[in-house]
Amino acid sequence: MKIVIIGNGMVGYKFCEKITAKAKPGQFQIIVFGEEIRPAYDRVHLGEFFSGKSADDLTLATAEWYSSNNITLHLGDPVISIDRENKTVLSHAGITASYDYLILSTGSAAFVPPIPGTDKKGVFIYRTIEDLEMMTAHARKAKKGAVIGGGLLGLEAAKAMIDLGVTDTHVIEFAPRLMPRQIDDAGAGMLKTKLETLGLKILTSKNTSSILGDETITGMQFSDDTHIDVDMLVISAGIKPRDELAKQCGLEVGPRGGIVVNDHMQTADASIFAIGECALHNGMIYGLVAPGYEMADVVVSNITGGSKTFTGYDMSTKLKLIGVDVASFGDPFVAGTDCNTIVFEDKIKGIYKRINVSKDGKHLLGGVLVGEAEAYNMLLQTCKNKVILPPNPEDVILGSRGGSESDGGAGVLSLLDDALICSCESVTKAGICNAVTDQNCETIDAIKKCTKAGTGCGGCVPMVKDLMLHTMKAQGKYIRNVLCEHFSYSRQELYDLVKMKEIKSFDNALNEIGHGDGCEVCKPAISSIMASLWNEMILKKGNDTAQDSNDRYLANIQKGGTYSVVPRIPGGEITPDKLIVIGQVAKKYNLYTKITGGQRIDMFGAHVNDLPEIWSELIDAGFESGHAYGKALRTVKSCVGSTWCRFGLHDSVSFAIQIEERYRGLRSPHKLKGGVSGCIRECAEAQSKDFGIIATEKGWNLFVCGNGGSKPKHALLLATDLDSETCIKYLDRFLMFYIKTAEPLSRTATWLNKMEGGIDYLRNVVVNDSLGLAQQFEAEMQLLVDSYKCEWKEVVETQELRKRFNHFVNAPEEKDPTIQFDELREQKKAKEWK
Amino acid sequence: MNNTITQNITWFKACRTQDVPANGGVCVKYKDDQIALFHFTRRDEWYASQNMCPHRMQMALSRGMIGTQQGEPKVACPFHKKTFSLVTGECLSGDECSIKTYPVKVEHDYVYVGITADENMEDMMV
Ligand code: SRM
Ligand SMILES: Cc1cc2nc3c(=O)[nH]c(=O)nc-3n(C[C@H](O)[C@H](O)[C@H](O)COP(=O)(O)OP(=O)(O)OC[C@H]3O[C@@H](n4cnc5c(N)ncnc54)[C@H](O)[C@@H]3O)c2cc1C
Ligand code: SF4
Ligand code: FES
Repeated sequence: MKIVIIGNGMVGYKFCEKITAKAKPGQFQIIVFGEEIRPAYDRVHLGEFFSGKSADDLTLATAEWYSSNNITLHLGDPVISIDRENKTVLSHAGITASYDYLILSTGSAAFVPPIPGTDKKGVFIYRTIEDLEMMTAHARKAKKGAVIGGGLLGLEAAKAMIDLGVTDTHVIEFAPRLMPRQIDDAGAGMLKTKLETLGLKILTSKNTSSILGDETITGMQFSDDTHIDVDMLVISAGIKPRDELAKQCGLEVGPRGGIVVNDHMQTADASIFAIGECALHNGMIYGLVAPGYEMADVVVSNITGGSKTFTGYDMSTKLKLIGVDVASFGDPFVAGTDCNTIVFEDKIKGIYKRINVSKDGKHLLGGVLVGEAEAYNMLLQTCKNKVILPPNPEDVILGSRGGSESDGGAGVLSLLDDALICSCESVTKAGICNAVTDQNCETIDAIKKCTKAGTGCGGCVPMVKDLMLHTMKAQGKYIRNVLCEHFSYSRQELYDLVKMKEIKSFDNALNEIGHGDGCEVCKPAISSIMASLWNEMILKKGNDTAQDSNDRYLANIQKGGTYSVVPRIPGGEITPDKLIVIGQVAKKYNLYTKITGGQRIDMFGAHVNDLPEIWSELIDAGFESGHAYGKALRTVKSCVGSTWCRFGLHDSVSFAIQIEERYRGLRSPHKLKGGVSGCIRECAEAQSKDFGIIATEKGWNLFVCGNGGSKPKHALLLATDLDSETCIKYLDRFLMFYIKTAEPLSRTATWLNKMEGGIDYLRNVVVNDSLGLAQQFEAEMQLLVDSYKCEWKEVVETQELRKRFNHFVNAPEEKDPTIQFDELREQKKAKEWK
Repeated sequence: MNNTITQNITWFKACRTQDVPANGGVCVKYKDDQIALFHFTRRDEWYASQNMCPHRMQMALSRGMIGTQQGEPKVACPFHKKTFSLVTGECLSGDECSIKTYPVKVEHDYVYVGITADENMEDMMV
């Protein structure tokens, strides 16, 4: 039997996957024609291309997967005609292939309304990786953008524009409100307000009459005689099913497009099926991936002897981006006599929730969530599976207020075993729980591998995780994320305990909340927490030996046992006089000098005995510790900025110095680095830092959670066009939140990676103050800033502490005689170790 | 190591008790050798070992953090955090290497490290 598949998109691929899993070896010969040049990729997460994912990351299966499953894949070769009589298809490259079954999974194209000027340069659609590549190239020169279409895809496109740096973007919607098909008036109003705080400009009831400009777009003209200037436009006004081949071979298509199919996804020609966005079932085009997957499953069943049918699909959705949670499920609009509606609205926090409840109060029919959509998965399941509602149905959106116990987790347990958790991959609750009990899947990744749940749109992952944890717990297996054998708490729990119990020494910590005698894992972790909380001198009696060795000696140990000395050079700015002092000190103590990667100067090869004297001379010249040894703020790199640079928009050096001095000495779960660039050319490499600040015409753009190192990660945009004061406020909040909640030794990028909701959640906490902790964070940071002292200075001035820097306790004057150096380029270097 | 001669201990007066930081170590110069001396204040115990970390031959153990693993006192080298039992000298992080440990006693606020005769002999042979 020969199967030809036209279209290698998400649904076409899913068909391949399902048929190879179901078919007996050799049963089918499969040929796929794809118009795009790469194998099927995850279109749903296309936007992540802008936040650093590569085309490879988005690929659903590699070319090798197809060949190892005996599927012939012709890429970059669209089918141009179908000959139904002879049961063959002809491709653009001239290949003729015959079929017993023909599967049309040609998807859809962006619908471009007939507006004059859509062919101008700078006008894009948003559907393929090629579209994204073209947008990226154009966005470099663009400042003002617009998106036609305020629906799900339009808002995604608007988010993509922001990610591309075109932060001045309009969203133009023809209907009187945003997302007209998913949410109601009140919800749309709330959404609009929220998006406006992110900097988007929303124009509703706007009809574009023409696109202005000669060759390249310069503006848009509306039918109400207004116009705006833009230099980039994305059209996202809906989809148009790709039914041209079906039409050509005489199959029936709908009046507004779409290949007509029956409940078996079969066209009038019994050997031809259509699935995915090109199929018109019962008058409906499904523009979502989950129903497409279901259709693929139906066809696989039908051609392998089964008789599954497609009976329509739920259109619930959750917007997965943009810093505002929006979701709609079931029937969001039902009204009238057979239903009651409960609405919750909080204009201050920007939250709107609506649920439609059946007349008898027992079932959830649908609803809308704006501003807070954590409950989405739970509500969707409650709605789909007809779970009986609690006596006060409002509890499902408000949470139960006092009285009876109800934790979020109990929710998943109340679901029936056959409740569909992952609709993309049709995985039920039982499927997930069984993976945990029978196949020992104890991480989300393991569950994804084993059941495929969570690999589609990803919306169900939080629920999958809840189920996993509950199942493990039920087996008595749930292993807590504890620090080490001496403390059975996570770092976050320890942070809270140390704070509440006002623990100020490691020994106290052991006595009050730990057991045993500590070790090299918990000592530095607890010391770091105490330093973050109290900012006391880290060598205070009793605590010095609980520090990592580098912290204990306030310097970094080097090969051979000598130390390096890195004075702080804020923002990388240094006077000639200070340079001379560094040179003199290095000469006097015979130190190797090098400019570091962090824009300052490192002096290597100092004997431990010499450290206090070296520091003392540096301090006299106005230097202080650079904390190169600590899990603390390292450097805030700067570029030269507007004081000299012909492109500089603001004084990046002054701002870098201000910020470095504000956070100097700040102890954190891992080291912290920052950067400030004076314009978008980004010479300070700020986007590779834990926090990066880039000057814009109007202020500063703030990026967070980047790093270099072994797994480089670009920082993500947190907020745009901030004034200096707000920028520092946001930094205070961001840093305190990180310090309080990150695991030991996890950089900000790793921390964000593990955060549910990612950058959008973080933005909500930092910018929108969704936790209501912003003021507390700022106050706590101010306390740390105010209590800063240079650690070197304290050692230099304290005889008791200085004693610790002798190599021999019983021969204080003597240096370690085993230390040896070699010579290299007129300086010394450490003797090679064995 | 030969058991009969290890009984033959010379006590070397290293330093005063207060010279050693609580729950930490110092380096003691003994002839041309270096000995790491630890005061495990929390357990009210004293330990001593060679100062050289056998992993990369670094004179560093006295600057390491001490602690326990399942109750066994240990020190972690500052260079690569390899850990060694302070009782047996065995490497607890799974390496082949081990360290020499010494007995310690405290009398009248002074700390003494016990040098066995075979060590004296080794020293003489160097
Ligand atoms: C001295 C310096 C290299 C140089 O000569 O340029 C250096 C030296 C060390 N780096 Fe670095 N890093 C230095 C800049 C960097 C940079 C560049 C930068 O800061 O712009 C990076 C990449 C940026 C980043 O961190 O995101 C960098 C990424 C690392 C990493 C990887 C961190 C990660 O998250 O993956 C480590 C390992 C770690 O911290 O766990 C590391 C660890 C180290 C250690 C601490 C390794 C060690 O344990 O001995 C080195 C200490 C040297 C010393 O004793 O002073 N160093 N290191 C640079 C000091 C900058 C300064 O002025 O303080
Ligand atoms: C930016 C964006 C965000 C989205 N977000 C979501 C979301 O959050 N949730 C959700 O459920 N859905 C979302 N979708 C929709 C989802 O991507 C689609 O429903 C899904 O991709 C449909 O799969 P398909 O295989 O039917 O079509 P497609 O994935 O479009 O694949 C069709 C393929 O067929 C090819 N083709 C067409 N004609 C021919 C021919 N003649 N010969 C050979 N090949 C041909 C096309 O080039 C294309 O590669 C999003 C879509 C976009 C663009
Ligand atoms: S890159 Fe490696 S070798 Fe170079 S300084 Fe950093 S840690 Fe040391
Ligand atoms: S030198 Fe001690 S662990 Fe490597």
